[in-house]
Amino acid sequence: MDVRTPATSFFAGFGDAALFAFKAMRLAWTPPFEVSETIRQVYELGLRSAPLIAVSGVAVGVVLSMHTRASLERFGAESMIPAGLAIALVRETGPLTAGLLLSGRIGAGIGAELGAMRVTEQIDALEASAVDAFRYLVVTRVIACVIAVPILTTVMNFAGMLGGFLAETTATGMPFHLYLKRAFSLVGISDYVPATLKTMVFGFIIATTASYLGFNTESGTEGVGRASTRAVVLSSILIIVTNVLLVRLIFFIFPKAAGG
Amino acid sequence: MTRRSAAVRMDHVTKVFGTRTVLDDVTFDVPAGGGFVIMGRSGTGKSVTLRHMIGLLRPDSGRVFIGDDEISALSGPPLSVVRKKMGFLFQSAALFDSISVGENVAFPMRRHTQLRDAEIRERAKQKLAAVGLEPDYDKMPGALSGGMRKCAGLARALALDPKILLVDEPSAGLDPITSEEIDALLVDMKNQEGVTLVVVTHNMLSARRLGDELLMLHEGRAIAHGTPEQLDHHPSELVRAFMTSQHAG
Repeated sequence: MDVRTPATSFFAGFGDAALFAFKAMRLAWTPPFEVSETIRQVYELGLRSAPLIAVSGVAVGVVLSMHTRASLERFGAESMIPAGLAIALVRETGPLTAGLLLSGRIGAGIGAELGAMRVTEQIDALEASAVDAFRYLVVTRVIACVIAVPILTTVMNFAGMLGGFLAETTATGMPFHLYLKRAFSLVGISDYVPATLKTMVFGFIIATTASYLGFNTESGTEGVGRASTRAVVLSSILIIVTNVLLVRLIFFIFPKAAGG
Repeated sequence: MTRRSAAVRMDHVTKVFGTRTVLDDVTFDVPAGGGFVIMGRSGTGKSVTLRHMIGLLRPDSGRVFIGDDEISALSGPPLSVVRKKMGFLFQSAALFDSISVGENVAFPMRRHTQLRDAEIRERAKQKLAAVGLEPDYDKMPGALSGGMRKCAGLARALALDPKILLVDEPSAGLDPITSEEIDALLVDMKNQEGVTLVVVTHNMLSARRLGDELLMLHEGRAIAHGTPEQLDHHPSELVRAFMTSQHAG
């Protein structure tokens, strides 16, 4: 007798997804390693996302700079704009914005690709060809995302600072070297490293969520669309919620990052 | 027939999806080196049977053997070892759409052999030439017609020179001439290479061309098993009606 209710189905699905993520994590450390496919995925998911991240980063930097100027001008602290912008970008805005943008681009891509492979029997064809489809399709994407997202976050941070400089030099004519000197005057390694490393978790969330939904797609092309959309929505929510926990954890481990 | 002479053995296999019993205590042997056709109306469990044979599905009860290996109990590397002896032609061909037709055929060789790249390409071209697609090596799967995709899928299924070839609906969606050409290729494989063919179809023309033995499934149960001549005179009216049907798939 089928005793499933919406509530039990939800928890069953959550449990399935957790086991899926755990399996991906475990297989990432055990041979055989799909090295060439992982490199290909770093290129596909990472390098191809760089233009989106760079352009968005510049735009975010410009906007942040304009807002910061509007606030700090009131206190006569315009000279702090580069440093304020750098701290905001490196600690939080860069990682979170990059994570959310990549959950859209990468999450939708993985969900749709694996979903289409499932409904067109390509995943079964991999298995029938004596290839471990989970290792080949999921583990490679998870590793690629864990590698690529922190790198792209760094790109976002620098692009944001470039945007901030463009806004600042337009407003005040500040030279580049002075901007850089002021920007990095208050940013330390304890600001950059923990905040950037946490995006490895974002990468893991994006890849496992999207892969889980794509790998388990049903109902043909409609299911592919649903998997793609849910991949973006769920990974975005998970990133935002996990970010709260990670920031709390970073403040606990690195009190200096909390200003303590 | 003893189990040792069987290429594939389904032993009291039952499979349930939700509340529906798709296979109900199905038992049969597929003799090595012959053509074995599983037929029946749509939704009677033919493709599900084939998927059990390559370990894409596991029975809820019963066992599936490939030679002496119980594939239904295997996973991981041991399962891969058994699968390498088999080829599977999917109904939709299931070509990997992100790589070229030639790379689809080369894929199993790249994964499972130590051959050099040039040799793999050469062998992939030979496999494609056997199905008349050598000029299409560099085309993407999306650029092929349905029949050509099926032929490319067949070339990929044969890439590792399998001892057992599982074929799901070889004539589905194809015109009668292309269907006949694919059947002729499969018969050549069986007669010249000694490949064991297991074919799922509801096309009786194709079934008679390919099958030394036929098995008929109905509502998840094996209701008839024998040579085409034996099934032509089967006591069941349903079996005789199916045997005389001219459905072209």
